Amino acid sequence: MSADVRPDATGPDETGHSWTGFLRRTLQRELPIEHLLPEREPAYVGSWVYIFGVVTIASLVLVVASGVVLAFFGPQWWHVSPQGHFFNSIHFWSVQMFFIFMVLHLWGQYFAQGWRDGRAVTWMVGVVIFLIAIVTAFTGYVSQSNFDAQWIAVNAKDAINATGAGAFFNVLNFGQMYGLHVMLFPILVVGLVAFHVILVRIRGVVKPPDEAAS
Amino acid sequence: MKRSKIDQATYYRGVPTAPYDLVKEISVALVVILVAVLALAFVLSSPDVPPVTIQTWAHAAPVDFMQTATAELQGDTISADYGPPYNIDADGLDQKEASTEGTSVQTWGPLAPQIWAGVHQPVEAPQAYVTIPLNLASVGRPALVAALRQYQQAPVSQEQAWLTSYSTALQHAQVNHQQVVVNGGAYGPVNVMMQSLLADARAGALDSLLMHSGKFYDVNYTEPLLFLGDGGYLPNLAAAQKLTGSQWGMMNETGRYPGQSWLWLFTLWYQIPPYNSASNADLLVVLTIGFLTTLLLLVPFIPGLRDLPRWLGLHRLVWREHYRLVKEAAPPKRE
Repeated sequence: MSADVRPDATGPDETGHSWTGFLRRTLQRELPIEHLLPEREPAYVGSWVYIFGVVTIASLVLVVASGVVLAFFGPQWWHVSPQGHFFNSIHFWSVQMFFIFMVLHLWGQYFAQGWRDGRAVTWMVGVVIFLIAIVTAFTGYVSQSNFDAQWIAVNAKDAINATGAGAFFNVLNFGQMYGLHVMLFPILVVGLVAFHVILVRIRGVVKPPDEAAS
Repeated sequence: MKRSKIDQATYYRGVPTAPYDLVKEISVALVVILVAVLALAFVLSSPDVPPVTIQTWAHAAPVDFMQTATAELQGDTISADYGPPYNIDADGLDQKEASTEGTSVQTWGPLAPQIWAGVHQPVEAPQAYVTIPLNLASVGRPALVAALRQYQQAPVSQEQAWLTSYSTALQHAQVNHQQVVVNGGAYGPVNVMMQSLLADARAGALDSLLMHSGKFYDVNYTEPLLFLGDGGYLPNLAAAQKLTGSQWGMMNETGRYPGQSWLWLFTLWYQIPPYNSASNADLLVVLTIGFLTTLLLLVPFIPGLRDLPRWLGLHRLVWREHYRLVKEAAPPKRE
């Protein structure tokens, strides 16, 4: 029992050096709510190039939402139900959108040199998201339980086996691929996207080249 | 990383700002993308070609099926002689053997991760694809029981002689009234075994027998998929859909749908020398992509690569309004 016992809940919510307090103070310092949800941005943020990141996130929301519905009804549902097939179509086109806009966002940030002024980690997290998204999509393609899934799995195994990864990542094992596709990889992608956005909000949007702080 | 400590107030000092509604922007983006995706899903749907089964293979290409099954029994298919992770104990296969024994093991110099990782998904093709399913299905079939007994009691050299003769004969096999007719020859019990296997496959029984693991539930399709991949039927269907490696198949989907187009750089290497003729092409491509990905990850720290955008000047087009305002606000140059 702490010696700092008070008669009621009045007074400052500070107990010295607690872990909780440290985390709260760090978050308040690094990411005040005004930075997380700003109402003003530098005027240059009005450029269309910033749309790609937002639209990528919007596509990801649809990917996850349609994926949740497909996962809920099980991997065979969309083969036998018109409603299921429609949700698969939503999932399919959302994924296409997600990748198109993610690649445009990546190129946009490359030409903007978005890593400047202490934003290298933001860039690197973005690249990692891109890579994990590719693996996530791949596990989805081999989880379709149709001809395409069969052919992709039979062919892709050689590249994966050549690296030695086939020992623990068996693309011919539907159970393993489906489990990874609906659980582990989506959590990684969504979690890293959230981290990526938080990093952007902490640092703010980088200035156009030649205008960087020196 | 001293710059990372600059707070936003300091960083943006003197920078013009404007109202910006993030929540409205993401909401509008969500609605726009939702409408676009619903329209695409409604109008274009999505591909779903049914999977190939052993049964459809045995009906559509019975000779190819029997040739593949005979080769599996001989241990003369890609799967039968693949190497890790399916067969040949890693301890019993060094790199020299891997390159001379015709396995699918890929190495590059001293780099042999496939061998190092070892066998984790054992597949013994002769047993997995022929003798075990036939034994399971032999109950009440005395001719098959006798054929299996004769085959299993014969010396290996005799088995190979039967199989070699039979596989040669299959090259001239005819399909008559759904029956595969093989000319007479010294095949021992092999013709009875293969005709039985074909009958089981056509009945759909072999699809289940290849998944027989002694457990009620099984979601691991390694054995039947490897078997399908060893035949000619599945690859021919894929080629017709432009899905093979030489057709940039990684980026394609069945029908006219877009596939994994984001793998364009990965599949590009398979089309060009020296990758397209290398026996270790997969490993070389993965290493190349790994190297390029590392470059992409480390762009902020690589001189030249990180400066290229500035030299190209595309940002001046993207932020032309910003640079116009900056230019207007700048004090006139002294003459």
